[in-house]
Amino acid sequence: MSGAQERAAPAAVLEVRDLRTAFAADGGMARAVDGVSFDLFEGRTLGLVGESGCGKSATALSILRLIPPPGRVAGSVRLRGRELSALDDEAMRAVRGAEIAMVFQEPMSALNPVFTVGWQVAEALLVHRRLGKRDARARAIELLAEVGIADAALRARQYPHQLSGGMRQRVMIAMAMACRPAVLLADEPTTALDVTVQAQILELFGELQRKAGTALLLITHDLAVVAEAAERVAVMYAGRIVEEASTVELFERPRHPYTIGLLRSLPERTPRGRPLAAIPGSVPSAFDWPSGCRFRTRCPLARALCAEREPALEPAGAEPGHLAACHFQEEAARL
Amino acid sequence: MSERERSMEPLLQVEGLAKHFEVRSGPFSRRTRLLRAVDGVSFRLARGETLALVGESGSGKTTVGRTLLRLHEPTAGRALYFRPRVASEAPLDLFRLPRRALRGLRRELQMIFQDPYSSLNPRMSAGTIVGEALRVHGLARGSELEQRVAALFARVGLRPEDAARYPHEFSGGQRQRIAIARALALEPNLVVCDEPVSALDVSIRAQIAGLLDELRRELGLAYLLIAHDLAFVRHLADRVAVLYLGRVVETAPVEALFERPAHPYTQALLAAAPRADPRHRKERTELHGDPPSPLSPPAGCAFHTRCPVAIARCRVEEPARVRVAEGHEATCHLLEGETVADR
Repeated sequence: MSGAQERAAPAAVLEVRDLRTAFAADGGMARAVDGVSFDLFEGRTLGLVGESGCGKSATALSILRLIPPPGRVAGSVRLRGRELSALDDEAMRAVRGAEIAMVFQEPMSALNPVFTVGWQVAEALLVHRRLGKRDARARAIELLAEVGIADAALRARQYPHQLSGGMRQRVMIAMAMACRPAVLLADEPTTALDVTVQAQILELFGELQRKAGTALLLITHDLAVVAEAAERVAVMYAGRIVEEASTVELFERPRHPYTIGLLRSLPERTPRGRPLAAIPGSVPSAFDWPSGCRFRTRCPLARALCAEREPALEPAGAEPGHLAACHFQEEAARL
Repeated sequence: MSERERSMEPLLQVEGLAKHFEVRSGPFSRRTRLLRAVDGVSFRLARGETLALVGESGSGKTTVGRTLLRLHEPTAGRALYFRPRVASEAPLDLFRLPRRALRGLRRELQMIFQDPYSSLNPRMSAGTIVGEALRVHGLARGSELEQRVAALFARVGLRPEDAARYPHEFSGGQRQRIAIARALALEPNLVVCDEPVSALDVSIRAQIAGLLDELRRELGLAYLLIAHDLAFVRHLADRVAVLYLGRVVETAPVEALFERPAHPYTQALLAAAPRADPRHRKERTELHGDPPSPLSPPAGCAFHTRCPVAIARCRVEEPARVRVAEGHEATCHLLEGETVADR
């Protein structure tokens, strides 16, 4: 975003390498996440964009090892250099919530309806920080105030159903931030919210990151949210990252035909009266990804090679760190 | 008749539409409270025109659409419908028609719902779903029915062989095409589209939005488009009505609304919407808090609790509608000095 941020080269807080998650179901194998790699940096936001079924939520759950059996996760996740896939369940529980926290789309279903919100925020502190009850309660109220909840002491004594949707999401964020995690995974955190509340929540993420240096993975289907809040963007399609770049580069010089199609289909980029440029067809099933390049069934550039060989995620365009997985990315740039 | 002329002819005139629901105060309580979901909404819709109703949750936009088609019974107001096929006839008040007369009008007034998963009967084939209304209204049978269904399928971009398949075999976008074909089967004049693309995947939304726009141009349909995605509204609508807590706060031609929003709420709503342009990031949001509950709307101007420019008067006195420009109206005390009040 700013020049200072781009000059500094901080070490990656979280390094994800070749993450693979498969579910066995109905006599088939769904390869939901199929070789995903990315880095998260301190105080920065990576937007993970994709449509339903592309594997973006499964990616976050796999990082936290929250995939229920018979789902299987493979690959490497390193938190500040420490390999998490080698940890046993108990050690992983200590990481979850304390070092890597998660915020979900539906705060109503993620909060426990029979406990006060103050208690739910305090719980993480009791478990991970070994605070006494009184200290945990006081700290919970501070945290609620920090995420912009007015009358935090009063609200702390209320139950989730007594709060508005936006306030519930603030409570979720207070819970996630309770232990000052190094990494926050936010899965469609504003999708269920009204647009005026969404703007407040995105602003809150930015504030918390500036204060606590949290690395944020912002998972969303909404390109406008990413344009607003992320420094870098990774675009997922059919279980794989097909393009990654700085946000400005991705929006202005996309190299993958899928990204190009998504951006073209945005109504705000199409003059009124001109038809919207739609991507034909629909997302394939995780049980049956197309051979070779998985986007080829909907791609205007597809030819024989695309069915035979899967394109690797390779440097694209002039910007360092811009990656795209397309055999014909030079041609795609001229689309 | 040119498109311009046709667009001047009124199709629907809604005046003072109100819909109140009685809700229980608590799960075990016998006391009820009044939820004023829609509280005095007026607008006009011309033939072949798209009017968008926009607003946040609790604004009442969905209730307006459902009440118009009498899926809810209105509490007050009237909805004058000018039947284009019977030009000389006096307009019909949809809210005063007996149920039986209403059934005949269903041909002309159709609806498309947000969720194409729950709006299609899972036990009927796609062909049966689309042809059902034609059969029920006795408009076609046998091979003629088959032909009409096939033509509708082709029109919305489905293959003829899809007619034998069942809803669960289709993707979300294809299901919405089936729902659109069903709505079009009876050649309606007005289609209420309730968030027609918001449940769909991003790459599919443009397909369905494009289809709706095409159909309107070709068939001269009028749409009441209920939507929260402002970018789609800007692309599809001719005019926009902005709702806040069951009331219309601003009505304007689409370009005027986006270029020169007059009401502080509209201004805040437009400013809050994220833009798919990383070079134009927002500095700060000026709007705080959530919309209040329609169970206890604030007195005076309902927006005053969140309004950045509210004055003392806004807390006690409800603002009247003010004419800002041709076809552009807003309800705000602060606008009253600038132009002549409407009443």
